[in-house]
Amino acid sequence: MGENKIVKKNEQRSSKISQSFLDKTFKNVTLFFAVIVVVLMLWMVIALLIQSKLSIEKFGFSFIKSTDWDPVQDKFGALPFIYGTIVSSIIAVLIATPISIGIGIFLTEISNKWMKIVIAFMVQILASIPSILYGLWGLFIFVPFIRDYFQKPVGDVLGWFPLFSGAPIGLGMLSAGLILAIMIIPIISALVVDIIETVPSDLKAGSLALGSTKWEMIWKVVLPYAKQGIFGAVIMGLGRALGETMAVTMVIGNRAEINLSLFAPGHSMAAVIANEFNEATGAVYYSSLIEIGLLLFLVTFILNAIARVFIHKISKVY
Amino acid sequence: MLAGNIEARKIFNNFMHVVIVILTVLALIPLISILSYIIYKGYKVINFEFLTSLPTPAGDIGGGIGNAILGTLVLVGVASVIGLPIGIMSAIYLNEYEPKGKFAEVVRFVVDILLGIPSVVVGIFAYIAFVKPFGGFSAMSGGMALTIILIPIVTRSTEGVLKLVPNEYREGSYALGVSKWQTIVKIVIPTAMKGIVTGVMLAVARAAGETAPLLLTAFGNQYWSSSLSEPIASLPAQIFQYAKSPYTDWIDKAWGAALVLIIMVLFLNITARIITRKKY
Repeated sequence: MGENKIVKKNEQRSSKISQSFLDKTFKNVTLFFAVIVVVLMLWMVIALLIQSKLSIEKFGFSFIKSTDWDPVQDKFGALPFIYGTIVSSIIAVLIATPISIGIGIFLTEISNKWMKIVIAFMVQILASIPSILYGLWGLFIFVPFIRDYFQKPVGDVLGWFPLFSGAPIGLGMLSAGLILAIMIIPIISALVVDIIETVPSDLKAGSLALGSTKWEMIWKVVLPYAKQGIFGAVIMGLGRALGETMAVTMVIGNRAEINLSLFAPGHSMAAVIANEFNEATGAVYYSSLIEIGLLLFLVTFILNAIARVFIHKISKVY
Repeated sequence: MLAGNIEARKIFNNFMHVVIVILTVLALIPLISILSYIIYKGYKVINFEFLTSLPTPAGDIGGGIGNAILGTLVLVGVASVIGLPIGIMSAIYLNEYEPKGKFAEVVRFVVDILLGIPSVVVGIFAYIAFVKPFGGFSAMSGGMALTIILIPIVTRSTEGVLKLVPNEYREGSYALGVSKWQTIVKIVIPTAMKGIVTGVMLAVARAAGETAPLLLTAFGNQYWSSSLSEPIASLPAQIFQYAKSPYTDWIDKAWGAALVLIIMVLFLNITARIITRKKY
C-alpha cells in the first residue's frame, strides 16, 4: 500500500517534470520559428544592401537622377523606371480611390445583406486573380480595347495636348495605370469597408434624425469620420501598385524613356527587374538592378508604415 | 447642412445613389471580362494531351503544359512544407506565449513588412540567397521564394484566428491540470482549425499564382524536372513565356494554361470562403 503510494507520487512527479520540460521545449520551438521570420527579414535587407553596394558606390545619387540605362557602356540611371512606376501608380490611385470609396459606401450603407454577400464575394475573387492573368487579359483584351475606344477618339480630338499626344498604340503608361487600378480596387475597398463600419451608428442616426438625406449623412458624417482611415487605405493601395510586376510589364511597353504623354510606352522599376535580371551579365548591371529592388523595398516599406499609422488611428481593424 | 429645398436634396440624394451603384458595377466589369475570356479562350485548348504532355516548339501540333502543372504543384508543395510550420508556429508564439511582449511586437512588425514587400524583390533575395550560391536556377530556390511569400500571410491569418479562441477554453483546460503545450495542441488549435485551414488555403492560392519571383529562381523548363536542384516549369512562368511570344498557337496555349491556373486558385479561394463564411 505505502510503496504503491510512493511509486504513484514518483510517477506523478516525473510526469510533471516531463510536462514542464515539454512545455518549455514547445515554447522554445515556437520562439525558434518566430526568430526565423525575423532573421529572414534581416537577411533580406542585408543581402540587398551588400549586393547593391557596387552600384551605390559607383553612381551615388545620380542613380536616381540619370536617365542613362546603357548596359553596353555600363552606365545605369533608374529615372525612367522610377518615373514610370510613379506615374502608373498615380493613375491607378486616382482611378481606384473614388471607385473603392463607392464600393465601400455601397456595401456598408446602401446594399441589402444579400447583395453585400454577393458583391463582397466578387471583390474578393477580383483580389485573388494572379497578376500574370491580369497581364494576359490586359495584353490581349484590355489594351486593344483602350487603343480603339479611348486612345483613338481622344487622340483625334485632344492630340495637341501633351498628355494625350502620340500614336495610339495601346501599350503604355495609361494601360498600365488602368490595370493597376483594377488590381488595387479590391485592396482599398476591403479596407474602406472595415473603416466605414467603425463609424458609430449614433452619429449616423443623429444625422438622419436631424433631417439629412442619406447622401448628406454619408457626405457630412460618415466620410469625414472615416477620412484618415480611407487615406491610409489609399496609401496601402499605392504601395501595392508600386511593386506590381507582371501585369505592368505586359502592358506598359517596356521602353526606358520618359515621355509626358500617357499614351506613350514606358517602363517600371519592378518590370525592369523581371525583364533584365536574368540577362544582367555585368557586375555593375546586376548590382544596379538589385539597387532598384532595394529602392522598391524601401519605398513600399515607408508607404506601408504610413498607411498603418492612419488605419490604426481610426480602428484596430487591420 | 440643410440648405436648399427638400425636393432638390432628395433628387441629389437619388443621383448620388445611382453614382455609387455605377462605381460598384464599374469595378465588377473587369472581373466578369477576365473570367469569361479565360474560360472562352482557354477551354478550346484544354484536352487530356494538353494537361499531361510536354510543351512542343511553336507551330508543332499538340503538346501541353503537363510539366508546368506538375511544377506549380511541386513549388507550392515545397513552400508549404517549409513555410506552413514557420508561419503557424510563429503565430502560436505570438498569440499563446507573448501576446504583449516586445519581441512579439518586433515579429508582428516584420510580418507587416514581409506582407508589403513586392514579390519581385522577394525574387531578387531568393536569387541572391538560394540561386547564386548553388550555381544555378532550381526548383528549390523557387520554392524558397514562394515560402517567403507564404509565411507572413499564414502568420497573420493564424494569429488572427487564435485570438478568437475564447480564453475560457484555455482556463478550463488548465483547471483540469493540462499543461500549456497540451492545451495549445489539443484545445486551442483544434478549435481554431477551420480558420487556420482557411488562411493556409488563401496563402497557397496566392503563392501558386506568383510569377515574378519564379522568373528569377525556378526559371522554367521545357522538360520534366527530375530533382529539386534543376530548373522547373510553372504555370505562371509558362503563361508569361507563351503570352509574350509572337506565335498564335503559343498564345492560345497561354489561355489554356491561364484557365488551369485560375481553376486552381479559385478552387482554393472559394473553398476557403465556404469553410468559414468570413465576413467581408
